[in-house]
Amino acid sequence: MSTSGAELLRRIKNQIDEVDPSEVNELIGEGVTIVDVRGSEEFATGHLPGAKSIPRGHLEARIESAAPDRSAELILYCASGNRSAYAARTLQEDLGYERVRSMTGGIALWKDRGYDVEVPRALSPEQRDRYSRHLLIPEIGAEGQQKLLDAKVLLLGAGGLGSPTALYLAAAGVGTLGIVDDDVVDLSNLQRQVIHSTPRIGIPKVDSAEESIHALNPDVKVVKYETRIDASNIMEIIEGYDVIVDGVDNFPTRYLLNDATVRLRIPVVSASILGFDGQLSVFKPYDGPCYRCLFREPPPAELAPSCGANGVLGVLPGTMGLLQATEVVKLILGIGEPAIGRLLLYDALGATLTEVKVHRDPECPICSRDPEDITDEELGVFPDYEAFCAAAG
Amino acid sequence: MRSSACSPTTRRSAPPPGSLLSTMATIKIPPVLRASVGGEKEVSASGENIGDVLRDLASNHPATQSQLFSAEGELNRYVNVYLNDEDVRVLDGLDTLVGDGDTLVILPAMAGGR
Repeated sequence: MSTSGAELLRRIKNQIDEVDPSEVNELIGEGVTIVDVRGSEEFATGHLPGAKSIPRGHLEARIESAAPDRSAELILYCASGNRSAYAARTLQEDLGYERVRSMTGGIALWKDRGYDVEVPRALSPEQRDRYSRHLLIPEIGAEGQQKLLDAKVLLLGAGGLGSPTALYLAAAGVGTLGIVDDDVVDLSNLQRQVIHSTPRIGIPKVDSAEESIHALNPDVKVVKYETRIDASNIMEIIEGYDVIVDGVDNFPTRYLLNDATVRLRIPVVSASILGFDGQLSVFKPYDGPCYRCLFREPPPAELAPSCGANGVLGVLPGTMGLLQATEVVKLILGIGEPAIGRLLLYDALGATLTEVKVHRDPECPICSRDPEDITDEELGVFPDYEAFCAAAG
Repeated sequence: MRSSACSPTTRRSAPPPGSLLSTMATIKIPPVLRASVGGEKEVSASGENIGDVLRDLASNHPATQSQLFSAEGELNRYVNVYLNDEDVRVLDGLDTLVGDGDTLVILPAMAGGR
């Protein structure tokens, strides 16, 4: 004799552990993983605070990214407690989760009891389409896409490195892109600065970049700073940004930027390029070393190629700029292993990537101290570089 | 030069005092120093420790001397040297022993972004 659906459900509920909403409410914010197994449209109408969305149909495929530890506590819920009961049995019997429970009565009972419901800001249908390839990745999803849309990233320079970084961050849906550049588009830029174009020669780079960004993705707000960053304006410009992308072409600004970002605790994704070689690292204040930990002093002018125009392979800033953009996205989403405490050295001719360790310097003049102790007068303190460069001819 | 009296199978990275033996290390040369070593990206140099290897490099390529070392013979503060992937400043500095086949990376700061 075949089993009825009601009978099957009753049997399954006998095989699994259930948990009352009152206990779940006590566990919110305590680090217990809570998974909503309803469909994504149902999740979008409101869910338990901090719950992750894994529709039951995707459960087996996606549960490991949400709950990698099979012995950790895991709570499932749905609308009324039935789908989550089936899901709990699957995780317990087929995937070996040891402490999985299904919430009695689902979110309906949860709401009746008057507990908090989080309503995610919904992506528009156009955004769901535009970012669909992000939404399909469990590590990003709608929640991650919202983080990108909320993020504010500042690009220092809309040049070789800034061009690809800005374009891809705009495409990825980073909501606010600040761009600092006081230059105008020049024909010699176009061998590598792909955000600009031939008809825009002579117009300010910030305007040219804004036009390309908006053509690619009108969601993105562009904040233009047609200026050079210096000690007088840096604090005002960088405050409020979540991540800064450093592609500046000179040492004084790199040190100034370092000191100011340590003070404000803003992570910097830094890269530099020369010829066929590129370097990249992420400086996240107090979590890892800062730029002064890596290079306590700038080199003298004859070893400092920033002093004049130097050759660079046109595609190299593309490679390095996109490594930067990748690190920015990882920092915003909080995923992966950012290149903190590591310096990557890319050799385009050899097609090799070498990695060296970068340590926090316990005697670092900047990041060995508390941020509030770093004074305005100390920011970017540096030998007189213009004199150095002039001496080098 | 390796001594012909020494069997390659028994040779270790720390030779006995007074021995003519020394280890050969590969040094990766950064772009700004390549002109000083005839345009090479990698050169070999010998020595028991980092200081010896770098001094061997400087004696073969004198243009690198002032770029690597201060007048007092210290490693310049703006030059980082890594033994394989580790900063020699967190090891024993110029006294850090070098094994045969080790790679040194010389790294001055770079700031090109345009």
